[in-house]
Amino acid sequence: MPMTVVEKIMAAHSGKKSVSAGDILWIDVDARTARDFGGPNVVKHLKKNFEPPYVADPKRTFFTFDLSTPARTIKYAISQHLLKEFAKETGVAVFDVDEGIGTHVLIEKGIVRPGDVAVGTDSHYNILGAVGAFGQGMGDKDIAFAFKTGRIWFEVPPTMKIKVEGAYSWPATARDLTFAVMREVGSSGALGRAIEYTGDAVERLSLDGRITLASQTTEMGGIVGFIPLNGEVRRFLEERSGQRVKEVLPDNDAEYVDELSVEVVGLEPLVAAPPSPTNVKSVSELEGMEIDSVFVGSCTEGRYENLLQVARVLKGKKVKKGVTFKITPATKEVWARAIRDGLVDIFLKAGAVVFSNPGCGGCAEGMAGLVGEGEVELSTTNRNFPGKQGPGKVYLVSAATAAASAVKGYLTGAW
Amino acid sequence: MKPTVIKGRVWMLTDDKGRRLDDVDTDMIYHNRYLTVTDPEDMKRYAFSNLPGWEDFPKKAVPGDILIVGRNFGAGSSRQHAVDCFIALGISAIVGESFGAIYKRNAINSGWPLLEAPGVFDTDLKTGDVVEIDLKRGEIKREGELLIRAKPFSRVQMDIYQAGDLFAYAKTSTKASPPPRSGQGRNG
Ligand code: SF4
Repeated sequence: MPMTVVEKIMAAHSGKKSVSAGDILWIDVDARTARDFGGPNVVKHLKKNFEPPYVADPKRTFFTFDLSTPARTIKYAISQHLLKEFAKETGVAVFDVDEGIGTHVLIEKGIVRPGDVAVGTDSHYNILGAVGAFGQGMGDKDIAFAFKTGRIWFEVPPTMKIKVEGAYSWPATARDLTFAVMREVGSSGALGRAIEYTGDAVERLSLDGRITLASQTTEMGGIVGFIPLNGEVRRFLEERSGQRVKEVLPDNDAEYVDELSVEVVGLEPLVAAPPSPTNVKSVSELEGMEIDSVFVGSCTEGRYENLLQVARVLKGKKVKKGVTFKITPATKEVWARAIRDGLVDIFLKAGAVVFSNPGCGGCAEGMAGLVGEGEVELSTTNRNFPGKQGPGKVYLVSAATAAASAVKGYLTGAW
Repeated sequence: MKPTVIKGRVWMLTDDKGRRLDDVDTDMIYHNRYLTVTDPEDMKRYAFSNLPGWEDFPKKAVPGDILIVGRNFGAGSSRQHAVDCFIALGISAIVGESFGAIYKRNAINSGWPLLEAPGVFDTDLKTGDVVEIDLKRGEIKREGELLIRAKPFSRVQMDIYQAGDLFAYAKTSTKASPPPRSGQGRNG
């Protein structure tokens, strides 16, 4: 039977020759993690239901502290301490508050590789599709089970194909390509499905751009979105994992439930207005909307490439008086490189820029500040649901648009 | 071994005109007001307490009854209460046109029989009828006659159901079955 990427990965991890969409299988997990939010519940389930050893394979099991870095509330301080104690007891590795967003760290350290299966208490675990791996966010019971047994069960999802073609240029970026895809697919167009991306526009994306695209799978209802490797990404992954990469590719005649195609020729900067990430408009439609703050960061746009885009815009310019500019790099590696390469210098000279240590930043727990009543923020995160980042209004944009707008004091795609 | 054929009286989840109710979300099933409740005896009182016309379901349902629901049942949040309240009531199985993905996961993980039977509302099945459900074969019969086919239990679903729940299964699987094959699927 010809198989799609997700079918091949699930077959390989369930010891079966062939599987198809709809099959429910026990699959082996290569890496499992819990965060400083869901982690304490995972530990609670393990202690309540099992005897030691609580963890089947501590070397493939991780805690990632990325939501509150360092612990900003007493609740988080207690949680992180509890997880560290459990880690000491069991040998589980901890990515502490200095490391950054868990999924990104797994990629950077070469822990998750193409064709792998990884699960964690994070609804954006499917970011790992950026490197051709199956990542899945799950509840604390499922993750406790994965800690204990190294397995999970999963229903093989059907796959849809999305072809993205055409050339575009700065100031349009991978984020705008992602918005173009979301506009086409909608908030439930990928519901319960895996996505396989193809097309020259996707092929050209850097690893950072791929992470941006993969990070919005959840907001389209999708299970995971696979992006085929290019040479640059392959070299990066081989260098980091110290091993040859074996990419999982679909069979030629694999079955797809749907095929879509998105044109991005001459793409212009886009924005997702409240109340949902798929409410996509072009920036020019809303050009001139006054803003109070911008946030650049999160698992969507907190990569080095995004900081470079910000620096490109801010160099020699000033952030408009009254606009607050918050930046949180996704990981320590990104953070260190931004300092080393002088980006931070550019940010500081531009004024009003807060550069905080790595993690989820303004996304979930307000680590890099929240949005007050009546405030309008441009944010590079992946969700703008009412109330998620505070009572104010959040418009999702690319890092480039965020920076250009911060200079003007209003939403603009021109720089 | 737990029974793989379940017999019981059915409740068809419809509105007051007898029309199938679709997209019943977890807030209608179990309102977030009661999320702090942990005692099953308490929990069962709130099943459907936020679904107009169905508020008195906990009083009318009898242990062993079977619930038949429409499309996308259990969409919305991941709350386990929306499954546990029915287990506490003794509802022996749930059959639906389709389910929200997380709801399905929670039900299977709790060892609560859940079957997908697209078209079940197109049959002439009505509330009060008694049916027999064969979990293994995915057959739903009334008075010995096949009414509709559901997707049969997968091996996974049966393993967890027989063990009791996901955690109980983990205990048997590490003792009785071969150890997890962790990592073997890893390519390279
Ligand atoms: S940045 Fe936000 S969406 Fe991404 S992993 Fe962190 S909390 Fe989740």
